[in-house]
Amino acid sequence: MLPTPDTSHVPYQRVYEPAEDSFLLLDTLSSATETAYLARRFGSSIVAPLILEVGPGSGVVIAFLTANARTIFGTSDILTLGVDVNGFACAATEKTVSRAVVTENNSSSTKRQDEERETGTFLAAVQGDLTSPLRPGTIDMLVFNPPYVPTAELPAAAFAPSSSSTQTTTFRQDSHLLELSYAGGKDGMETTDRLIAALPIILSKRGCAYILLCAQNRPEEVKERVRRWSGGGVGEVWKAETVGTSGKQAGWEKLQIIRIWRETNV
Amino acid sequence: MKVLTLNFLTCAVKACKTTNNSFPLHPKDAELVHDEIEINRDLLVNVLPRIDWTALRTTSTELGFPTLPEQPPTAEDLQQDEKMLKELHALLLETQMMEGKLVCGHCGHEYAVREGIANFLLPSHLV
Ligand SMILES: [Zn+2]
Repeated sequence: MLPTPDTSHVPYQRVYEPAEDSFLLLDTLSSATETAYLARRFGSSIVAPLILEVGPGSGVVIAFLTANARTIFGTSDILTLGVDVNGFACAATEKTVSRAVVTENNSSSTKRQDEERETGTFLAAVQGDLTSPLRPGTIDMLVFNPPYVPTAELPAAAFAPSSSSTQTTTFRQDSHLLELSYAGGKDGMETTDRLIAALPIILSKRGCAYILLCAQNRPEEVKERVRRWSGGGVGEVWKAETVGTSGKQAGWEKLQIIRIWRETNV
Repeated sequence: MKVLTLNFLTCAVKACKTTNNSFPLHPKDAELVHDEIEINRDLLVNVLPRIDWTALRTTSTELGFPTLPEQPPTAEDLQQDEKMLKELHALLLETQMMEGKLVCGHCGHEYAVREGIANFLLPSHLV
């Protein structure tokens, strides 16, 4: 078991608190099958992969990936990045990652001196809407724990100028920020659908994405939809598989994580 | 926000994505801090092939760093050229932009950077 990053400094009245969904992501991304997959894809590459978490919230997942890079990716030469619509989440993420990296480096300094580095390199947390601040084709791995709860409507989008991390907020503003982190609109898929639609543009040729879904999101239909993209590029095949599940409810997997990736058969 | 980040960011306005002028964004009134980080040669060698060198040269000059050579160093260069290695390490990984603005060369929109966090949320009329 890899350690769970400390998030005790995070203001949970306005930033999503790590919950069952976050922990399912940690378990899945550090599972034997996924670490083998990621190491195969990136471990021996001579081009450092760029890992993006969309909506990191407290930062617990991107901190986990950064602090345990070598164990998960087979290399510590990875770059990590977060984009969150909530400025407080960006500040929280920066702190969670830097603490997790320091903790890991202190614990491994007691091991053998010549041991290889474990931790990756965190670049920044950026405030923004999904992948909109990023250059097309740059992301090698994307992780998204979306606002997946079905709600009558989506909360009003966050626009600039928005709350900076130094401003004080009202209870209503705090509630709105939390709502943005879980309320998913129709089928809980309105935000996730926008993210999925952006994948072919934002992912590199070797890119993959891990997305958490709940049963009401109709994960089987989501996967089918992605598979139908195949044929876009020459010899390009899109794949989507469930790679982690938790807690059955009335015979359904309550939460699951799907991996989406493309394979080029030349 | 580490300076290397600027090599992966672009204007959030949809119409700007397809133009060349929206990348790289231009730092304005930038306040930088320097964090001492242990040099990691392997990381820099592996980051080099994914850098848009022309954009990095622009960023480096605009932030007041020495002008980078026209051609990117090769992996072999980085193994031998200690000075180049140190300069790139200092610019890309040790330097953080804490305050200021990032300006799009196409639409002119200015993205504020405060306490190290760049805000790419657009005013509603630009979405
Ligand atoms: Zn622009």
